[in-house]
Amino acid sequence: MANINIDIKILRYQPDTDGKPRWQKFELSVEDDSTVLDVLNRIHWEMDGTLAYRRSCRSSICGSCAMKVNGRNVLACETPVSRFGRRLKIEPLPGFPIIKDLVVDMEDFFEKLQRIKSYLILKKPIPDKEFVQTPAQLEEIGESTLCILCAACTSACPSLWPNPDYMGPAALLKAYRFVFDSRDDGADERLDIVNDKNGIWRCHTIFNCMEACPKKIKITEYLSRLKVKVVENSI
Amino acid sequence: MNIEEASGYHKIDVLIVGAGLAGLRAALEAAQSGRSTAVLTKVYPTRSHSGGAQGGIAAALANTSEDSLEMHMFDTIKGSDYLADQDIVARFVDEAVQTVYEFEHMGVPFSRTPDGRIDQRPFGGHSAPRACFAQDVTGHVLLHTLYEQCIRHNVFFFSEFQVLSLLVEDDICSGVIAWDIRRGGLHAFHAKAVLLATGGYGRAWKITSNAHANTGDGVALVLDAGLPLEDMEFVQFHPTGLYRHGILLSEAARGEGAFILNDRGERFMKRYAAEKMELAPRDVVSRSEQTEINEGRGIGGRDYVYLDLRHLGKEKILGRLPQIHDLALNYLKIDAISEPVPIQPTAHYSMGGIPANINGEVIRDPKGSIVHGLYAAGEASCMSLHGANRLGTNSLQDAATFGRIAGTRMVRFVNENDFQPLPADPLSGTRAKIARLSEGRGKERHAPIRERLQENMTRYLGVFRNESDMLKMGGIIAELQQRYGEVTVDDRSRPFNLDLLEALELENLLSFSQVIVAGAIARRESRGAHFRTDFPKRNDAEWLKHTLAWRKEGRVVLDFSKGVVIFPQYQPQERKY
Repeated sequence: MANINIDIKILRYQPDTDGKPRWQKFELSVEDDSTVLDVLNRIHWEMDGTLAYRRSCRSSICGSCAMKVNGRNVLACETPVSRFGRRLKIEPLPGFPIIKDLVVDMEDFFEKLQRIKSYLILKKPIPDKEFVQTPAQLEEIGESTLCILCAACTSACPSLWPNPDYMGPAALLKAYRFVFDSRDDGADERLDIVNDKNGIWRCHTIFNCMEACPKKIKITEYLSRLKVKVVENSI
Repeated sequence: MNIEEASGYHKIDVLIVGAGLAGLRAALEAAQSGRSTAVLTKVYPTRSHSGGAQGGIAAALANTSEDSLEMHMFDTIKGSDYLADQDIVARFVDEAVQTVYEFEHMGVPFSRTPDGRIDQRPFGGHSAPRACFAQDVTGHVLLHTLYEQCIRHNVFFFSEFQVLSLLVEDDICSGVIAWDIRRGGLHAFHAKAVLLATGGYGRAWKITSNAHANTGDGVALVLDAGLPLEDMEFVQFHPTGLYRHGILLSEAARGEGAFILNDRGERFMKRYAAEKMELAPRDVVSRSEQTEINEGRGIGGRDYVYLDLRHLGKEKILGRLPQIHDLALNYLKIDAISEPVPIQPTAHYSMGGIPANINGEVIRDPKGSIVHGLYAAGEASCMSLHGANRLGTNSLQDAATFGRIAGTRMVRFVNENDFQPLPADPLSGTRAKIARLSEGRGKERHAPIRERLQENMTRYLGVFRNESDMLKMGGIIAELQQRYGEVTVDDRSRPFNLDLLEALELENLLSFSQVIVAGAIARRESRGAHFRTDFPKRNDAEWLKHTLAWRKEGRVVLDFSKGVVIFPQYQPQERKY
């Protein structure tokens, strides 16, 4: 391990005192295998306790620490600072109201999941044991179930920025995940919900969501398949 | 301070603290009964650390080979080094199978056998392939599925609320006080029944698989309320923590056939557990690993060994263990397909916790008297299902099954009982605490205190323990508690005050760590995860019993009169693998 010196700019916003967000610079020496989260922790613990950000698992699974670093939405915990050379520019996820510093308001994001009925709907009788689902049927939805709801995709979507009512890729991916689950009986009602001006048709296959996804889920492709299903269903 | 001065007052039948697997499963049960149900959680529900569990959930479905409830029961008891209460284990294995089918009916995307049934893989200490799994993201999919079902059944979430005080008077619980992290401000939650499902306490260690959030808040609140904790000295060290980070690499890797190697390239487990090898229980593998490291056979003589997946091949690694592959790549720049992965033991699971009976009711003495209206489930609780050492994949099953059981019991309780009055001045203690941290003049900061605690817990309360090390740790905690009295925070504002939150959590870490150390010093034997180099043998004659610990006026009071429930057919034997 060697130490490297890095320059960091963080977009700060303290609601009690700042009229609008402002940039603040920090310089520090860190071990060269540090992650962005390690660096934020160092600043918060040793330099400026007022810095606010979300984090929990440190291992890319809880989805708390999505933020924009050097222009890209990433999970701070899994992103090494070495990826960016020695200069880091850290901002909250775009497209969401800022609560404080790197903490954004996620209420609307989670509310949208509810709107698309993000849960398995069963109308058929429930078996004593498990439903039979073949590996091929599971494969249809497997990758989409890796979504950690970090919001990196939704935040990166240009269709969302001018229109916050758009459901956004994360919620639509959830719709895909259930519509294409061989066990689910709720496709009709769910497809009706996403067949809306703020639903699937606002996806313009820009692929930003896919590039932003820390789990490398092929979101845009799945949303395209969802569009086909909506059309098939309405014929 | 009167209740009118609170930022919020909420009256709820069933209040659940914690939104991991145990909390959400209980919430679902309560909400389906039609009682008003709310979950209070310090992070958004899907951020809970149940999502970090990777390898599987245990149930003897017998989908891929012969298995039985008796085998699951025996494996769990033997794994626990005979400290598990066997009535609890019996109920656990009885309901485990149903729990997995329920999850499947809720939509969990389990990995499948070629004919479309739930696939199962081997796991340490289990004598049959019993782990139902979804690749290596089992906890993640269970957590998200339960959250989805909770949304469906209109469970109300208070997300980003930190619980600060448990309102218990005359052995009756009437609610909790919590801090609204997002906006700032104290809220009073007046409830008929409260479930503590706040998870484990592994954040007291530096090398840990636990999330930042796992600061044992529930266990600390129970101590503060004058109630005991059970078996706190039993903390599991997982053998395959990612080197220096402590992040979990699932035992599923070994379930799929991975090796552990020392500096000589030797599968050293053959010298410690010739039959089970890498699939011995975690306490055995961690001790073996630490012995290799201590005797100079770590890689390059350093403090790690290798987890070797290379012979599994690319297809199996990417198909069944994709998360492990990504973690090694992202955090250590190691490609597990072509390189072995550096690992070390990491603090992982809390066997100890809030004593609870078979229905999830919190108990307050060795006789099992209950605290009315107070429940515990999941890793925060100690029933004791796992005794001195938990088997992999039994924790997700524990959380879900006993979460459901506690939920059912709470519904019955709230149907039969009315709201109890809140204590006089319920906010005064927490308000004073926050005022001292944010308005005081002390010069200490929370971060260096926490760092010193964590470094020394890893050094002195790890895989191997001895009296002199633990006495040193006791002294360090006393010093840190004194320093804690002088802590103030930089951030004096109210909204999303992470500084204040961490200072509050640190008080919890210090308080239960003192109990861990006291229990570990007193227990002069080696059992499961608690290994004393100065007392290296299990001693059933003197120590086949549970530890209960109270914190009274800053000192720990211990009691060893709570026995272990043992059935005639599962008598303690020598434990070999």
